[in-house]
Amino acid sequence: MKLWIPFAVSAGTLLTIASFVGAGWDAPPVESTQLGYRGTGMVLHRDVETQEALKAANVVPDPPWVPDPAGEKAKNIYQNVQVLGELSDDQFNQAMAAITAWIAPEEQGCNYCHNPENMASDEVYTKVVARRMIQMTQAINVDWTPHVGATGVTCYTCHRGNAVPANVWSTSLEPKPAGNMTQDRDGQNVASALAGNTSLPQNALAAYLLGNEPIRVHATTALPSGTSTAGTKETEKTWSLMIHMSESLGVNCVTCHNSRAFNDWDQSPPQRVTAWHGIRMTRDINATYMTGLDPVFPANRKGPEGDVLKVGCFTCHNGVQKPLYGVSMLKDYVDALGKKGDTAVPDYTKYEPGKTQVMGADGPTTLPAPAATN
Amino acid sequence: MALLSFERKYRVRGGTLIGGDLFDFWVGPFYVGFFGVTTAFFAILGTALIIYGAAIGPTWNIWQISIAPPDISYGLALAPLKEGGLWQIITVCALGAFSSWALREVEICRKLGMGYHVPFAFSFAIFAYATLVVIRPLLLGAWGYGFPYGIFSHLDWVSNVGYQYLHFHYNPAHMIAVSFFFTTTFALSLHGGLILSAANPGASRDAPGQQAEVKTPEYEDTFFRDIIGYSIGTLGIHRLGLILALNAGFWSAVCIVISGPFWNRGWPEWWNWWLELPIWK
Repeated sequence: MKLWIPFAVSAGTLLTIASFVGAGWDAPPVESTQLGYRGTGMVLHRDVETQEALKAANVVPDPPWVPDPAGEKAKNIYQNVQVLGELSDDQFNQAMAAITAWIAPEEQGCNYCHNPENMASDEVYTKVVARRMIQMTQAINVDWTPHVGATGVTCYTCHRGNAVPANVWSTSLEPKPAGNMTQDRDGQNVASALAGNTSLPQNALAAYLLGNEPIRVHATTALPSGTSTAGTKETEKTWSLMIHMSESLGVNCVTCHNSRAFNDWDQSPPQRVTAWHGIRMTRDINATYMTGLDPVFPANRKGPEGDVLKVGCFTCHNGVQKPLYGVSMLKDYVDALGKKGDTAVPDYTKYEPGKTQVMGADGPTTLPAPAATN
Repeated sequence: MALLSFERKYRVRGGTLIGGDLFDFWVGPFYVGFFGVTTAFFAILGTALIIYGAAIGPTWNIWQISIAPPDISYGLALAPLKEGGLWQIITVCALGAFSSWALREVEICRKLGMGYHVPFAFSFAIFAYATLVVIRPLLLGAWGYGFPYGIFSHLDWVSNVGYQYLHFHYNPAHMIAVSFFFTTTFALSLHGGLILSAANPGASRDAPGQQAEVKTPEYEDTFFRDIIGYSIGTLGIHRLGLILALNAGFWSAVCIVISGPFWNRGWPEWWNWWLELPIWK
């Protein structure tokens, strides 16, 4: 009858062993940075071993070559160059070579985006996506300097040699609740991969980085005034977003906040201002660029619920506070990615993969017959 | 001070650890002893230094006075007095005073021929404090990791240190400590309620208008046997209380000493081992 005792003891022992062996404990020394006045507890710890791995994984690749900005413009040489037409021939080819190295799978090379029979044609969907992504990169570098500063971004900041960046998100399939009293889960109580494996709401990114739900849940008065409708649920949702931000950057809450008054800008480290702009930038990327491409992406490039893959803080940052440790890649591609080309947006619902030859702002058109010398 | 006439016979000489008969005397109700002198020395010096720190600080507001530890850049070295050195000396004074107090308790236990349960219990509180301001700073390599001495400022420190690990409620030792704290208060309230209910039985049912008889431990045991099938007993409840309370303090010390030296990411991630158990991975 007392058989449960050895079973319970064994289970307890095994779990204890698992928590000691499986948890990946760290050991001193720890690399720490003091972020606030002494004694405030505003300290960022960084694990020495993790830092070494991150430093090795976040090295900027050299440009394929340094291009000559002089020479005939690309738009006068090649057909259907809509965004990068102002580049010189050499600059244009350098940008194409770099993009191929950064993004295209090795065995496909140029053909990942181009029909080798007709390089100008837009019939491969990835070419249409790439053009929009170049517009996006230019917009980030021109319009979002409060977040990206002079360092800027390139395709490599997110792609890192992958056709699809390693860290992206889509709306998450929520487990079906049991019903009755448990039916209002509000995304909580499962290990949420986008919120550091907490049980916090799992779809917070959709609320704040695609939608623009208010993040300011903090009371500004000592006693309830009745004007703020934010409760525990809204607060936990913002916490989910904040943990995503922290994990994406390899930092902690006190990097941007003094937790004695999360809301108070005067007590917050200046990094919070950069992060504030980053939230708006990510919203803009998702709302304007990613979801706009919905008709172009095939089903296998979408999430399990059929929405396009979207960006979060981790897409660029990859666990590092300043992506690629703040080394500017943009300086080698200023004319291609640091200035805006044509910003016109085609009607993507009219795109037909394999058929559309020119996906321009005026709608799909066909290419003139290719020049015989090409 | 109240000193009952029969208590004098317990005031016996001897039992001292240090100083022999030199400090073996009482001042009013207080036993002095060598450690009473050192307690007073450290306590007065430490308090005076806190007042000095307040005097050179920006405020006399009792809530906002704060004696902060040095910058982390000082490492384990001594810092200038006004840049954390005060905190270092006050920490020495605090540990000196607390340890002296515990040893004074030991001397009194020896005088009375009692066990050392009280100083043993108090030593857990000292251990928890030493963990915060000595052991963890030593492991992390700087005195600056200690908490500041101020009513509000130490609370702000607790809050920020918690948020260093994104969500401190996921710290397993913190979970255990909090559970022990709640269980301690739960056990104490049950015990207090039971004793008071036995000592205050109310009106007698057999003789209206009269107080009922005060109840014995047998009634107390029966109450718990009736309600949960088991009574831990009159001595057992105190053993349980002591174990619960000491565990609360002990696991508090564990939960902070592992935060930083042995875990420097968010605490939620620590639970990945659970998510990766081969049963459901």
